[in-house]
Amino acid sequence: MTTITVTVNGVRYTSEVEPRLLLVHYLREHLNLTGTHIGCDTSQCGACVVHINGVSVKSCTTLAVQCDGAEITTIEGLAHNGQLHPLQEGFWEKHGLQCGFCTPGMIMAAADLLKRNPNPTDEEIRHGLEGNLCRCTGYENIVRAVRYAAEKMAATQAAD
Amino acid sequence: MTATELKERLVGRALKRREDPKLITGHGNYLDDIKLPGMLHIALVRSPHAHAKIVSIDASKALAMPGVVAVFTGKDMLDINPMPAAWQAAGVKNYPVPPRALAVDKVALVGDPVAMVVAEDRYTARDAADAVEVEYEPLPAVVDARKAVEPGAPQIHEAAPNNIVFEWECGNKAAADAAIASAEVVVKEEIINQRLIPTPMETRGSIARYDALTGEWTVWMTSQAPHVHRLLLTAFVFGVPETKLRCIAPNVGGGFGQKIFCYNDMAFTMWAARKLGRPVKFVEDRSENYKYSTHGRDHITEAELAGTRDGKITGLRVKTWANIGAYFSTVAAGIPTTLYGRIITGVYKIPAAYVHVTGAYTNTAMVDAYRGAGRPEASYLIERMVDRFAAEIGMDPAEVRRKNFIQPEDFPYDNGLGLLPYDSGNYEPALNKALEIAGYAEFRKQQAELRQQGRYLGIGISSYVEICGIAPSAWMGGQGWGAGLWESANVRVHLTGKVVVTTGSLPHGQGLETTFAQIVADELGVPYEDVEVQWGDTQGTPFGYGTYGSRSLAVGGVAIKRSVDKIKEKARKLAAHLLEANEADIVFENGRAYVKGSPDKGKTIGELAAAAAVAYNLPPGMEPFLDETSYYDPPNCTFPFGTHVCIVEVDPETGHVKLLRYIAVDDCGNQINPLIVEGQIHGGIAQGLAQALYEGAVYDEDGQLLTGTLMDYAVPTAAMVPHIETDYTVTPSPVNPLGVKGAGEAGTIASAQCVMNAIIDALAPFGVKHLQMPATPERIWKAIHGK
Repeated sequence: MTTITVTVNGVRYTSEVEPRLLLVHYLREHLNLTGTHIGCDTSQCGACVVHINGVSVKSCTTLAVQCDGAEITTIEGLAHNGQLHPLQEGFWEKHGLQCGFCTPGMIMAAADLLKRNPNPTDEEIRHGLEGNLCRCTGYENIVRAVRYAAEKMAATQAAD
Repeated sequence: MTATELKERLVGRALKRREDPKLITGHGNYLDDIKLPGMLHIALVRSPHAHAKIVSIDASKALAMPGVVAVFTGKDMLDINPMPAAWQAAGVKNYPVPPRALAVDKVALVGDPVAMVVAEDRYTARDAADAVEVEYEPLPAVVDARKAVEPGAPQIHEAAPNNIVFEWECGNKAAADAAIASAEVVVKEEIINQRLIPTPMETRGSIARYDALTGEWTVWMTSQAPHVHRLLLTAFVFGVPETKLRCIAPNVGGGFGQKIFCYNDMAFTMWAARKLGRPVKFVEDRSENYKYSTHGRDHITEAELAGTRDGKITGLRVKTWANIGAYFSTVAAGIPTTLYGRIITGVYKIPAAYVHVTGAYTNTAMVDAYRGAGRPEASYLIERMVDRFAAEIGMDPAEVRRKNFIQPEDFPYDNGLGLLPYDSGNYEPALNKALEIAGYAEFRKQQAELRQQGRYLGIGISSYVEICGIAPSAWMGGQGWGAGLWESANVRVHLTGKVVVTTGSLPHGQGLETTFAQIVADELGVPYEDVEVQWGDTQGTPFGYGTYGSRSLAVGGVAIKRSVDKIKEKARKLAAHLLEANEADIVFENGRAYVKGSPDKGKTIGELAAAAAVAYNLPPGMEPFLDETSYYDPPNCTFPFGTHVCIVEVDPETGHVKLLRYIAVDDCGNQINPLIVEGQIHGGIAQGLAQALYEGAVYDEDGQLLTGTLMDYAVPTAAMVPHIETDYTVTPSPVNPLGVKGAGEAGTIASAQCVMNAIIDALAPFGVKHLQMPATPERIWKAIHGK
């Protein structure tokens, strides 16, 4: 067992974990943050994407012990004070989800994409989300949702 | 609101979904999110062989590991029955061999579970499963359905001689033979509809809890049909009263058919929970889902289409080998028979058609319904053959379609294949609209010019019809379906005027909570926010057959409407009593009952609900409360249709296909929520075009699944799917009072052949007449180079 200290969605946790424990299992089973999902076992589907120190990472191929001292954000930590993140709003407005299982990972990956490229073209959105699979939407409305968020974030920034 | 003010109708409006807030914030409640106190975890020991005898199982090392509670094998579970074979091919002898909870004595596919480890946590269970030693005696395997029924093939089940599950036919053989023998033109093709893996993003699993004092189970399951699973698990597998089991489907992360069926894990979690007295959980990982949960399609077909030189189709003869996999899955035999053969002629008037299907066991994963289920296979076949025929006689494929379409005046249309009559349709406007959006005539000119420059563009057309809202029960009974196929709904208006709807349908991404609430709000004239839709728990919802076959709106939605109608009828009676008016003079409109000609003299539905609930002053004989249940069994199926058009460019150097445009014109009858309809169409198209270009489950000859993970099985990413242009025609269904047809499967049923027709059109200068799917660059390059 190894002791780790991590900050998840602004809350500090100190836990004893097996060195082999995957971050996704740590989040889901130790911290009961079940918004991060598991859709495959080979790092293809991206349902498990979270942010570690601000960068999107697949938590199914990250060990919990690697995150000692890290700041982690999961889908549960994206909305602030009851205010949805523009991406969450975009997915809702544009019907960017159906079953919702891929959605947390998709939103977390898209958040990182928009951080790196605040005004992506549709093609850049499609390529930027290549690490995430959705089986329901055919991606059309996911692209619309990300574009909605990009526009909204740009408008908010301009207003500031 | 006064009686003259009309409440704005919600039906037809693209409301955003009420399901979404929890799902976009990470507060969905999927199966693996559920934790019960004292819950144990199951890991399976699965066969690495496709076909083998189990010689011995030694669990001693596993049992010695700390945290391991028990190890069980198939022999321990002989006190429960195999899974049920609920839909057998109609009118012929079937040889159903469904799977047991765990394999006994012998395995029939890679991934067949031979033992289960139950442990305190999932890591320990996995470690211990690896420590179970199983000795096998391998047997020869067969994976191809046509080879499986040849003499000398390895025999998989004693109870199914020659690996035959059924031999089934429909249509008129003599007429088809004669049409082909006397035809001016006959085109013949071997058409393979490759095996696909449905791949809902959430895999499958079950959690079972047992109360020894009452003998009652609660099972949480990734299920599209929890009421059916409750029935099958109690009455057939365990032989206990149905009342002893409560089934709950929490949020289900996609199904696409794979979660319709009664699976072994539902049974072995129940068995283990009873045996151990503690709750147990089993969740597949992705590679287990790929190996053992059901696959779709997998047809080998020899097709012949006959016609005249001027483009009239005169006959169709089809011989199909349908791969059923290692065991008989719940409704496996219905898919390649009723849902395939009976609609093989598609949107065309073909005077003579005949279909013969052989269902075969092989050493592969079970094959059952996958989005579209039989109808994509039928639609692919006829649409490829029509294009093949058009090319053969040198006629424009759009023109051949127009010449052979069933005409508007032909409805209701009997296709002569044992199906109920097509309800309504008008095929040419959808085709014309799609071609107009595509700029068809202009494209043909551009295509000819570009060919001169060595660029190969192609356009594909796919005109389809499908069977949705599958019913009525009496007809389905005759199709071998082992039960009814109606749906139910309860609607009640509480004392506060708030409305609770319970449904036996089981949304898993289709947005039924939103759609159903739109219908109820309009019909009852109450605010949308005042309508709550409950589903997913056999405790508290009326029996329903579940969500699949694009039937939840056309059957389940209509059951809701009928319950609302009954509520309105009772409310009118109550209003007449309270207003001291003649019942015949009461008008119910916009959520208010009033006396005809005196709109100010009335009661709102809320006031009437309160009056019915407190029951101080009811008409003689009237029971309290506005609470009504309906069981709706439609008089017919519905038949949505449309035309999709796709434009591609093929790079002859590399064989790479670029999707330039994809246009969908669909007719699903009336639309309740166009935003949701469009989402269904998009998703369906992505799955169909993925079949055309990317996906295929591949087994080697020894029965090893070579596409066993998402690394090898090409579920498309966002960059692999094009922008999709959608449009509609609206031909309301006369079958139901909502005029709806269904939209969940249309995209998948229309799209694979649309893309393939475009690719083959692009390759026409190279003499390519047909290509098997998926049209990978390698396959295309070989076709161009005649290899």
